[in-house]
Amino acid sequence: MKSEDGLPGAPVMLPVLIATVEVNMLWYALPLIVAVSLVYAATRHEDMRPILQHALRVGMYIVGFMLVIFVVLWLMLFWVSRPA
Amino acid sequence: MATEAERTEPGRVELKDPLLAALLAWLIPGLGHLYQGRTAKAVLYAVCILGTFAYGVYLGGRSDLGYGRAVYFSFRPGDRRLPFLCQVWAGLPTLPALIQANLAQRRKPPLWNGFMAPPRLEGENAAGLANSPTLNDLNKALSTRFELATVYTMVAGLLNILAIYDAWGGPVFAEKKEEDEEGQEAAKQPRGERKRVADEQSGPAGETHSEATPS
Repeated sequence: MKSEDGLPGAPVMLPVLIATVEVNMLWYALPLIVAVSLVYAATRHEDMRPILQHALRVGMYIVGFMLVIFVVLWLMLFWVSRPA
Repeated sequence: MATEAERTEPGRVELKDPLLAALLAWLIPGLGHLYQGRTAKAVLYAVCILGTFAYGVYLGGRSDLGYGRAVYFSFRPGDRRLPFLCQVWAGLPTLPALIQANLAQRRKPPLWNGFMAPPRLEGENAAGLANSPTLNDLNKALSTRFELATVYTMVAGLLNILAIYDAWGGPVFAEKKEEDEEGQEAAKQPRGERKRVADEQSGPAGETHSEATPS
């Protein structure tokens, strides 16, 4: 598979490259996910054990939602950058 | 389906002076819960909210520029800082921003190496402000970190709104525990009958928060 400029594999690699350039920025989301999950769960329960269990679920929902958005954007990018 | 831990959770929470607790929770995240004797949640709120805010303050600055530059109060023409409307809910930690804004309004140089000081407006050349960075300077110097700092501090303020509500109204329980186990007949009873039954079960008590808060 070649792109218009003749680089082998470019259509496939371009989305991956673009996605990985800013991937380090995702680490900044981790403390926010933890804090938001814990505080949200704490508004729903009074004891620590259910708070932590609920926070784990909320955290997984947030990460799952982010993954879905990532896959959608990645597919869109792949589709846009495919050879004509 | 409620988990085992959620089933054993007490259904009612004693809330000592909800209004004062809400005020304290706004001033210092977690203080309202500490006042109510809900120590574990006080620590959780304080660590999560103050930690998020502090990290945002750290991200939004540099030793030469001063820290906390993403938290500032400014409603001048050309610089209306709307994120502060979210940040201010973090309470007293945002007080330096108000002090610095007052100084800037009187065209005095900022204190504390510019900590939470509003940036100098373009073309503003008052005495003592010559070394203060403009908003463009801050964005250029801090790049993405300035935006991240804004997001972190905004999220901290918004999370504290949840904590304030929790101090005032108690937790909103995720699931109706005992009611689900006992069946749904009780839910079909008239509201007055349900309230009478609930009053009989709870007996004379102080101000409590019912778990049957609508979600």
